[in-house]
Amino acid sequence: MFRYIVRRLLQMVLTFFGATFVVFALTFANQDDPLQALAGERPITESQRLALTERYHLNESFLTQYWYYMKGLLTGDLGTSLTGQKISAMLANAWPVTVKLALLAIVIAATIAVTAGVYSAIKRGGLFDNVTLIATLVVLAMPIVVLAPLAQLIFGIKLGWFPPTATRDASLWDLLLPALVLGSLVIATELRVTRTSVVENLRADYVRTARAKGLTRRRVIWVHVLRNSLIPVVTLIGVDLGGLMSGAIVTEKIFNIPGVGFNIARAITTEDGPLVVGFVSVLVIIFLVVNLLVDLLYAALDPRIRYE
Amino acid sequence: MSDPNAITAVEAPSLQPAGPRGRRGKSSDKPRSLAGDAWIDLRRNKIFWVSVVLVAVILLMAAWPTLFTSADPRACTLANQHGGATGTAYFGYDFQGCDVFAKTVYGARNSIIVGIMSTLLAGVIGLFFGLAAGYFGGWVDAVLSRGVDIMLGIPFLLGAIVLSNRLVTEKSDGVLAVTLTLGLLTWTSAARVMRSAVIASKNQDYVAAGRMLGATPYRLMARHILPNSIASFIVVLTILLGTNIASEATLSFLGVGLKNDAISWGISISEASPYARVATEPLVWPSIFLAATVLAFIMLGDAIRDAFDPKLR
Repeated sequence: MFRYIVRRLLQMVLTFFGATFVVFALTFANQDDPLQALAGERPITESQRLALTERYHLNESFLTQYWYYMKGLLTGDLGTSLTGQKISAMLANAWPVTVKLALLAIVIAATIAVTAGVYSAIKRGGLFDNVTLIATLVVLAMPIVVLAPLAQLIFGIKLGWFPPTATRDASLWDLLLPALVLGSLVIATELRVTRTSVVENLRADYVRTARAKGLTRRRVIWVHVLRNSLIPVVTLIGVDLGGLMSGAIVTEKIFNIPGVGFNIARAITTEDGPLVVGFVSVLVIIFLVVNLLVDLLYAALDPRIRYE
Repeated sequence: MSDPNAITAVEAPSLQPAGPRGRRGKSSDKPRSLAGDAWIDLRRNKIFWVSVVLVAVILLMAAWPTLFTSADPRACTLANQHGGATGTAYFGYDFQGCDVFAKTVYGARNSIIVGIMSTLLAGVIGLFFGLAAGYFGGWVDAVLSRGVDIMLGIPFLLGAIVLSNRLVTEKSDGVLAVTLTLGLLTWTSAARVMRSAVIASKNQDYVAAGRMLGATPYRLMARHILPNSIASFIVVLTILLGTNIASEATLSFLGVGLKNDAISWGISISEASPYARVATEPLVWPSIFLAATVLAFIMLGDAIRDAFDPKLR
């Protein structure tokens, strides 16, 4: 296990520098005139230009600039947005509601996916199985830009079952509809993986042994089989997180939830480059760390992975 | 594109290796190739035919929108704002007083252009990455695979927002920028599939035989390995085409995709969603068209994969 952790950590370091470097290069490489962009319409005097160049290290080489960016990122100093606010403070304001939304989405998606996945695996080839397979295909193909506005229109506005928008200190009830929309992004893959892995495990020898011992079918499926089948589903959480982050940008914009995604969407509209990059960099780091943790968890759950 | 074309793309290359076998045994029980088997499976699949018809209609719409509507999607009169359906404007009018039906029909073109071009770009990059990593192995594979890992370390939409924002210029309609963005960020899955398919087929006897006969690596790859590993690669690209169309709409919706005068389903949805309380049709119709297009390509890829997957036989 120790060797696996070391190897995985080394990989993570490489990916971390690679990914942040790509994001940095994409944003800051050969910009036209960042200072003019900062000043907007106003002309900049020569002395201001010099002072700003000094302050943002613009006369340094590309790699030195990347070094400053990394230093800021690691010490929690994300710079200031074009509106003059500290980006770290904006992030501190925005993340609680986003975390609440994402957790709610993950819980809803996992509950539905696992239950439905197990049922369709037991009744493989039956009506329920076929209907779920088609339903997952449709959900898989439904872009979030379609799902979110339509859900808001139908369930929020026309039927009035759910509040159509949410605020910063929204209750779980306010967040339920957006969380359902967000969760639908990952529910289809989770369901399919659960189903496949339960189907495989139902044929395993230990199931026959358990049945032969006289255990009830219910106990065999929901305890013995499910425990072994959930291992691949756990790894999906890491991959899904990237999808959830992307989905949160659209969902929060539509439902007016002032979280991280909402801020990114607004920063794009107001062309606030530093704000977009600051938020995106933090999300990339979170994504990498969660994926590392999930991989370690996977190795702890399934010893075969360590010796790959 | 009607169905025979869709199939020959997959069928043609895979037929080659089966050729000699077919020629030698001229008996009545001619062995069927993998693609031949797949085609017989596909013919019976209802989902396949539904998606083929959908794809055909959408491609027709993208190529000749005037077949569907004679209205000009850019001729908008504010007096018609949020007006109901009249005459040929079957879906009514949007906030700017534009014909929603005409705008939706014309929106297909940009979606298809961006979808196909970005998928081709991703396919080319993925093909070279996968072939090189799979065939040469060793340190080439190690370096290329770490590159893929780095790309996968960036959540897709976040990377796309940053890159597209960077590429799009003030005056352009953003088609080129979005195409490049999607192509440069989505090739990883195609590369991985290609790599594992190449590794699987490079250890086959016929490749060893070719090498013994003195074939160059280039010839081995182009004539022997590629045709035998291309099927799953094309399936991945078909599905990618669908998701790229969805991503284009998402980027346009957020304001970093198509812009200015461009007509796009994503822009239509973004413009209509604040007025959803007042007028639902400008929001609903582009959404339905977008979802149907994405679904059609994903179903097509799914059906072809099922036909080619021997495990399900």
